[in-house]
Amino acid sequence: MTAGVATTAGPKAYLSRRYRLSASHRLHSEAYSAEENRAVYGKCNNPHGHGHNYAVEVTLGGPVHAETGMVCDLGDLDAFAQTNLLERFDKMNLNTLDEFREVVPTTENFTAEVYRIFQGFTGAKVVRVRIEETGNNSFEIGEEFERG
Amino acid sequence: MILLTRKAEFSSAHYYWNEAWTEDENRRVFGRCANKNGHGHNYTLEVTVAGEVDPVSGFVVDLKELKEILEREVVSVYDHRHLNLEVAEFAAGTGMVPTTENIAIAIWERLEGKIPHAKLHRVRVYERSDLFADYYGER
Repeated sequence: MTAGVATTAGPKAYLSRRYRLSASHRLHSEAYSAEENRAVYGKCNNPHGHGHNYAVEVTLGGPVHAETGMVCDLGDLDAFAQTNLLERFDKMNLNTLDEFREVVPTTENFTAEVYRIFQGFTGAKVVRVRIEETGNNSFEIGEEFERG
Repeated sequence: MILLTRKAEFSSAHYYWNEAWTEDENRRVFGRCANKNGHGHNYTLEVTVAGEVDPVSGFVVDLKELKEILEREVVSVYDHRHLNLEVAEFAAGTGMVPTTENIAIAIWERLEGKIPHAKLHRVRVYERSDLFADYYGER
Protein backbone atom coordinates (compact mmCIF):
# COMPACT_ATOMS: atom_id res chain seq x y z
CA MET A 1 0.00 0.00 0.00
CA THR A 2 2.13 2.88 1.23
CA ALA A 3 5.19 3.36 -0.94
CA GLY A 4 8.47 2.21 0.54
CA VAL A 5 7.01 0.71 3.72
CA ALA A 6 6.66 -3.03 4.29
CA THR A 7 3.26 -4.00 5.67
CA THR A 8 1.67 -7.02 7.30
CA ALA A 9 -2.01 -7.85 6.76
CA GLY A 10 -4.26 -7.91 9.84
CA PRO A 11 -8.04 -8.25 10.43
CA LYS A 12 -10.35 -7.20 7.61
CA ALA A 13 -12.19 -3.90 7.93
CA TYR A 14 -14.05 -1.48 5.71
CA LEU A 15 -13.24 2.20 5.36
CA SER A 16 -15.76 4.64 3.90
CA ARG A 17 -15.08 8.13 2.65
CA ARG A 18 -17.66 10.68 1.50
CA TYR A 19 -17.14 13.22 -1.27
CA ARG A 20 -19.51 15.96 -2.32
CA LEU A 21 -20.07 17.24 -5.83
CA SER A 22 -22.69 19.31 -7.61
CA ALA A 23 -23.81 18.56 -11.14
CA SER A 24 -26.78 18.99 -13.42
CA HIS A 25 -28.61 16.43 -15.52
CA ARG A 26 -31.71 15.85 -17.57
CA LEU A 27 -33.42 12.48 -17.71
CA HIS A 28 -34.35 11.88 -21.32
CA SER A 29 -34.16 8.76 -23.49
CA GLU A 30 -33.87 8.88 -27.27
CA ALA A 31 -35.78 5.58 -27.28
CA TYR A 32 -38.94 7.33 -26.08
CA SER A 33 -41.19 9.91 -27.76
CA ALA A 34 -41.41 13.39 -26.22
CA GLU A 35 -44.67 12.39 -24.59
CA GLU A 36 -43.25 9.12 -23.24
CA ASN A 37 -40.23 10.96 -21.84
CA ARG A 38 -42.51 13.34 -19.97
CA ALA A 39 -44.62 10.42 -18.73
CA VAL A 40 -41.61 8.38 -17.53
CA TYR A 41 -39.33 11.10 -16.15
CA GLY A 42 -41.84 13.81 -15.16
CA LYS A 43 -40.18 17.01 -14.02
CA CYS A 44 -36.73 15.42 -14.42
CA ASN A 45 -37.36 15.65 -18.20
CA ASN A 46 -37.32 19.48 -18.14
CA PRO A 47 -35.34 20.32 -21.33
CA HIS A 48 -33.07 22.76 -19.52
CA GLY A 49 -31.99 20.26 -16.87
CA HIS A 50 -31.74 20.62 -13.11
CA GLY A 51 -29.06 19.85 -10.53
CA HIS A 52 -28.20 18.10 -7.29
CA ASN A 53 -25.63 18.21 -4.52
CA TYR A 54 -24.52 14.60 -4.70
CA ALA A 55 -22.81 12.83 -1.79
CA VAL A 56 -20.63 9.98 -3.04
CA GLU A 57 -19.70 7.39 -0.40
CA VAL A 58 -16.88 5.05 -1.39
CA THR A 59 -16.21 1.93 0.71
CA LEU A 60 -12.91 0.04 0.62
CA GLY A 61 -12.53 -3.43 2.09
CA GLY A 62 -9.30 -5.13 3.01
CA PRO A 63 -6.85 -6.11 5.71
CA VAL A 64 -5.82 -3.47 8.22
CA HIS A 65 -2.06 -3.22 7.79
CA ALA A 66 -0.36 -3.84 11.12
CA GLU A 67 2.27 -1.13 10.69
CA THR A 68 -0.08 1.70 9.71
CA GLY A 69 -3.39 0.62 11.26
CA MET A 70 -4.99 1.45 7.92
CA VAL A 71 -6.88 -0.30 5.11
CA CYS A 72 -5.42 2.20 2.65
CA ASP A 73 -3.67 5.52 2.58
CA LEU A 74 -6.36 8.20 2.73
CA GLY A 75 -4.15 10.70 0.92
CA ASP A 76 -3.88 8.30 -2.03
CA LEU A 77 -7.66 7.78 -2.06
CA ASP A 78 -8.38 11.52 -1.88
CA ALA A 79 -5.91 12.20 -4.69
CA PHE A 80 -7.57 9.52 -6.84
CA ALA A 81 -11.02 10.95 -6.06
CA GLN A 82 -9.87 14.48 -6.85
CA THR A 83 -8.64 13.49 -10.31
CA ASN A 84 -11.16 10.82 -11.25
CA LEU A 85 -14.34 11.93 -9.50
CA LEU A 86 -14.35 15.62 -8.56
CA GLU A 87 -12.45 17.02 -11.54
CA ARG A 88 -14.54 14.93 -13.94
CA PHE A 89 -18.02 15.49 -12.55
CA ASP A 90 -18.15 18.46 -10.14
CA LYS A 91 -19.91 21.54 -11.60
CA MET A 92 -20.59 19.65 -14.83
CA ASN A 93 -23.69 18.88 -16.85
CA LEU A 94 -23.67 15.05 -16.82
CA ASN A 95 -25.55 14.85 -20.14
CA THR A 96 -22.65 16.52 -21.96
CA LEU A 97 -20.07 13.92 -20.85
CA ASP A 98 -18.94 10.93 -22.93
CA GLU A 99 -19.90 8.55 -20.10
CA PHE A 100 -23.57 9.43 -20.59
CA ARG A 101 -23.69 9.64 -24.38
CA GLU A 102 -25.31 6.19 -24.58
CA VAL A 103 -27.01 5.95 -21.18
CA VAL A 104 -29.39 8.26 -19.33
CA PRO A 105 -27.60 10.00 -16.42
CA THR A 106 -29.90 8.68 -13.76
CA THR A 107 -28.21 8.31 -10.38
CA GLU A 108 -28.37 4.51 -10.89
CA ASN A 109 -26.19 4.88 -14.01
CA PHE A 110 -24.01 7.51 -12.33
CA THR A 111 -23.40 5.16 -9.39
CA ALA A 112 -22.46 2.30 -11.75
CA GLU A 113 -20.02 4.61 -13.58
CA VAL A 114 -18.39 5.80 -10.34
CA TYR A 115 -18.07 2.18 -9.15
CA ARG A 116 -16.42 1.28 -12.47
CA ILE A 117 -14.01 4.23 -12.18
CA PHE A 118 -12.98 3.34 -8.60
CA GLN A 119 -12.09 -0.21 -9.66
CA GLY A 120 -8.99 1.54 -11.04
CA PHE A 121 -7.86 2.57 -7.54
CA THR A 122 -4.96 0.33 -6.54
CA GLY A 123 -4.56 1.24 -2.83
CA ALA A 124 -7.32 -1.15 -1.66
CA LYS A 125 -10.38 -2.81 -3.16
CA VAL A 126 -13.43 -0.59 -3.60
CA VAL A 127 -16.29 -2.88 -2.63
CA ARG A 128 -19.20 -0.46 -2.69
CA VAL A 129 -20.25 2.94 -3.98
CA ARG A 130 -23.32 4.67 -2.62
CA ILE A 131 -24.57 7.98 -3.98
CA GLU A 132 -27.11 10.21 -2.28
CA GLU A 133 -28.88 12.29 -4.92
CA THR A 134 -30.86 14.16 -2.27
CA GLY A 135 -31.38 13.52 1.42
CA ASN A 136 -34.27 11.24 0.44
CA ASN A 137 -32.77 9.18 -2.40
CA SER A 138 -29.66 7.04 -2.44
CA PHE A 139 -28.32 4.34 -4.75
CA GLU A 140 -25.64 1.76 -4.11
CA ILE A 141 -23.71 -0.83 -6.04
CA GLY A 142 -21.16 -3.30 -4.73
CA GLU A 143 -20.23 -6.66 -3.39
CA GLU A 144 -22.25 -8.27 -0.68
CA PHE A 145 -19.97 -7.99 2.35
CA GLU A 146 -18.79 -11.21 3.94
CA ARG A 147 -20.10 -10.53 7.40
CA GLY A 148 -18.61 -12.43 10.30
CA MET B 1 -33.51 -11.86 12.71
CA ILE B 2 -33.52 -8.15 13.46
CA LEU B 3 -30.57 -5.78 13.42
CA LEU B 4 -30.57 -3.09 16.07
CA THR B 5 -28.18 -0.15 16.22
CA ARG B 6 -27.29 2.04 19.16
CA LYS B 7 -25.18 5.18 18.90
CA ALA B 8 -22.78 6.68 21.41
CA GLU B 9 -20.31 9.54 21.22
CA PHE B 10 -16.89 10.15 22.66
CA SER B 11 -14.26 12.84 22.18
CA SER B 12 -10.63 11.79 22.27
CA ALA B 13 -7.13 12.85 21.34
CA HIS B 14 -4.68 10.74 19.37
CA TYR B 15 -1.71 10.78 17.01
CA TYR B 16 -0.31 8.24 14.56
CA TRP B 17 3.16 6.88 15.16
CA ASN B 18 4.90 3.59 14.43
CA GLU B 19 7.80 3.12 16.86
CA ALA B 20 9.56 0.77 14.44
CA TRP B 21 9.96 3.59 11.91
CA THR B 22 12.19 6.63 11.77
CA GLU B 23 10.73 10.07 12.34
CA ASP B 24 10.96 10.76 8.59
CA GLU B 25 9.04 7.58 7.75
CA ASN B 26 6.34 8.44 10.27
CA ARG B 27 5.97 11.94 8.84
CA ARG B 28 5.88 10.67 5.27
CA VAL B 29 3.24 7.98 5.92
CA PHE B 30 1.08 9.71 8.52
CA GLY B 31 1.56 13.38 7.56
CA ARG B 32 -0.09 15.82 9.93
CA CYS B 33 -1.48 12.95 12.02
CA ALA B 34 2.10 12.24 13.21
CA ASN B 35 2.20 15.43 15.31
CA LYS B 36 3.17 14.00 18.70
CA ASN B 37 1.30 16.69 20.61
CA GLY B 38 -1.83 14.97 19.31
CA HIS B 39 -5.11 16.25 17.91
CA GLY B 40 -8.70 15.24 18.55
CA HIS B 41 -12.06 14.23 17.14
CA ASN B 42 -15.67 13.90 18.16
CA TYR B 43 -16.19 10.24 17.39
CA THR B 44 -19.57 8.69 16.80
CA LEU B 45 -19.88 4.99 17.53
CA GLU B 46 -22.66 2.85 16.05
CA VAL B 47 -22.97 -0.64 17.43
CA THR B 48 -25.26 -3.03 15.56
CA VAL B 49 -26.43 -6.25 17.16
CA ALA B 50 -28.38 -9.11 15.58
CA GLY B 51 -30.94 -11.24 17.32
CA GLU B 52 -34.46 -12.56 17.51
CA VAL B 53 -37.31 -10.53 18.95
CA ASP B 54 -38.31 -11.82 22.38
CA PRO B 55 -42.03 -12.71 22.08
CA VAL B 56 -42.83 -11.34 25.52
CA SER B 57 -40.77 -8.12 25.73
CA GLY B 58 -40.79 -7.37 21.98
CA PHE B 59 -37.08 -6.50 22.33
CA VAL B 60 -33.97 -7.91 20.67
CA VAL B 61 -31.96 -6.45 23.53
CA ASP B 62 -32.87 -4.10 26.33
CA LEU B 63 -31.68 -0.75 24.92
CA LYS B 64 -31.05 0.64 28.38
CA GLU B 65 -28.79 -2.31 29.14
CA LEU B 66 -26.99 -1.90 25.77
CA LYS B 67 -26.48 1.80 26.52
CA GLU B 68 -24.97 0.91 29.91
CA ILE B 69 -22.65 -1.67 28.32
CA LEU B 70 -21.41 0.89 25.74
CA GLU B 71 -20.90 3.43 28.51
CA ARG B 72 -19.00 1.01 30.75
CA GLU B 73 -16.89 -0.78 28.11
CA VAL B 74 -16.15 2.06 25.69
CA VAL B 75 -17.28 5.61 26.49
CA SER B 76 -15.98 5.70 30.08
CA VAL B 77 -12.59 4.44 28.81
CA TYR B 78 -12.22 6.59 25.66
CA ASP B 79 -14.15 9.81 26.30
CA HIS B 80 -12.00 12.86 27.06
CA ARG B 81 -8.89 10.70 27.01
CA HIS B 82 -5.73 10.59 24.95
CA LEU B 83 -5.95 7.24 23.19
CA ASN B 84 -2.17 6.76 22.82
CA LEU B 85 -1.39 7.73 26.40
CA GLU B 86 -4.38 6.59 28.43
CA VAL B 87 -6.01 3.61 26.71
CA ALA B 88 -4.32 0.24 27.17
CA GLU B 89 -4.84 -1.21 23.68
CA PHE B 90 -3.11 1.75 21.99
CA ALA B 91 -0.31 2.27 24.53
CA ALA B 92 3.36 2.41 23.55
CA GLY B 93 4.66 -1.09 22.86
CA THR B 94 1.35 -2.50 21.61
CA GLY B 95 2.06 -1.50 18.01
CA MET B 96 -1.62 -0.54 17.64
CA VAL B 97 -1.92 2.84 15.90
CA PRO B 98 -5.25 4.44 16.95
CA THR B 99 -6.63 4.81 13.42
CA THR B 100 -10.37 4.70 12.83
CA GLU B 101 -9.99 1.11 11.58
CA ASN B 102 -8.12 0.01 14.73
CA ILE B 103 -10.56 1.85 17.02
CA ALA B 104 -13.42 -0.11 15.40
CA ILE B 105 -11.51 -3.38 15.90
CA ALA B 106 -10.63 -2.50 19.52
CA ILE B 107 -14.26 -1.64 20.32
CA TRP B 108 -15.36 -4.97 18.80
CA GLU B 109 -12.87 -6.76 21.09
CA ARG B 110 -14.19 -4.83 24.09
CA LEU B 111 -17.84 -5.66 23.32
CA GLU B 112 -17.69 -9.21 21.97
CA GLY B 113 -19.40 -11.63 24.30
CA LYS B 114 -20.69 -8.89 26.60
CA ILE B 115 -24.11 -8.26 25.04
CA PRO B 116 -26.73 -10.69 26.37
CA HIS B 117 -29.30 -12.26 24.02
CA ALA B 118 -27.79 -10.82 20.82
CA LYS B 119 -24.80 -11.27 18.55
CA LEU B 120 -22.47 -8.40 17.81
CA HIS B 121 -22.94 -7.71 14.08
CA ARG B 122 -21.08 -4.51 13.20
CA VAL B 123 -19.03 -1.80 14.86
CA ARG B 124 -18.98 1.47 12.92
CA VAL B 125 -16.80 4.36 14.06
CA TYR B 126 -17.11 7.81 12.52
CA GLU B 127 -14.02 9.97 12.97
CA ARG B 128 -15.89 12.71 11.11
CA SER B 129 -19.10 12.68 9.11
CA ASP B 130 -17.10 12.07 5.91
CA LEU B 131 -14.89 9.24 7.21
CA PHE B 132 -15.85 6.04 8.98
CA ALA B 133 -14.68 2.46 9.46
CA ASP B 134 -16.74 -0.73 9.75
CA TYR B 135 -15.65 -3.98 11.40
CA TYR B 136 -17.63 -7.22 11.27
CA GLY B 137 -15.23 -9.34 13.31
CA GLU B 138 -13.45 -10.76 10.24
CA ARG B 139 -9.97 -11.79 11.34
